[in-house]
Amino acid sequence: MNERELLLQIADDELVVGWRDSEWTGIAPFLEEDVALSSIAQNEIGHARAIYELLADDADALAFDRPPGEYACSQLVELRLVPDWARTIARRVLYEAADELRLEQLKASTDADVAGLAAKIDREETYHRMHAQMWAERLADEPRYREAVEELFPYALGIVDAELRQALAGRVGVAEVEAVERGTHADEWPELWEEMTMVRRSVPGAAW
Amino acid sequence: MVTEAQVWEALAEVADPEIPVISLVDLGVVRDVRVENGRVHVAFTPTFLGCPALEVMRDELAAKVQELGAEPEVEVIRDDSWSSDRITPEGREKLRAAGFAPPAPRANGQTTLLQLQTATFRCPYCGSTDTTLENIFGPTPCRSIRYCNGCRQPFEQFKTL
Repeated sequence: MNERELLLQIADDELVVGWRDSEWTGIAPFLEEDVALSSIAQNEIGHARAIYELLADDADALAFDRPPGEYACSQLVELRLVPDWARTIARRVLYEAADELRLEQLKASTDADVAGLAAKIDREETYHRMHAQMWAERLADEPRYREAVEELFPYALGIVDAELRQALAGRVGVAEVEAVERGTHADEWPELWEEMTMVRRSVPGAAW
Repeated sequence: MVTEAQVWEALAEVADPEIPVISLVDLGVVRDVRVENGRVHVAFTPTFLGCPALEVMRDELAAKVQELGAEPEVEVIRDDSWSSDRITPEGREKLRAAGFAPPAPRANGQTTLLQLQTATFRCPYCGSTDTTLENIFGPTPCRSIRYCNGCRQPFEQFKTL
């Protein structure tokens, strides 16, 4: 896989996970988490935007004008998990663990623009990882959370390349299983794509 | 012909759109100013990539250069050159005076959850160090929320980044 493909995968993952996290705005279990998930969503979409801008002159066109089959996001980020908080936290924990591994790889890029951007994204993700860690510790003995981690782990493996999967299993503390590979989409994806691209499609060329 | 020093001086008047008590120069986001053939090149970097004030900052920097009668060229740099340690001592004092606790200096390596939960953070209102972490996240990406047990007042803590 070339670096451009990897960057598009990361940007699509960040855009879609940001979209899903933002679905908690206004309805999170308590106010602090309403603020936290909204802020995390804003950061993730900001990361997507910065990568799209690196890849294309028109970031919005790249983000929103592709047919649903051409998105490179993984199924983990596509799943609609509202209103299940345990699974939402399990996804955050797993996503951040996988994202950290691939960012480490990207920070070593020979392309200075890519390495610099990856380092900046990683710096911001520190706070997402703290949030994930805080919740993982809090829910460690909660059966619903442990089941959710187990259920979503095959999806999390699909986030990273095959060579990073053993490391991911080690960090999460779960045995490696067969991954849900990127390139296929979750059942919820077409509906999310409809919603996400609605404004662009209804008013082509709209700017705000 | 405008000089680089004049440009820096003028840009020091451009307020941060979300925390107007501090200027973009105090915030350390203006990275470089160069004057070449009558054009003024300004390089700046966002604090956070998802900062919604990015376009506003870019336009305000450009407008300030135009006020000096020069042609602006504002470049947004998306590398890892900004950290909260770049906020100037004056900027930190302005933040504190306005009720935002300035960021703790970066220790070696990345900030950890343990540091946020156990390190000493001072209340910007009463100066007490008896404060607790309420939320890692806050009203903008660059702020957390803490609570002061001394004066019983929640306050915004600029993140160490």
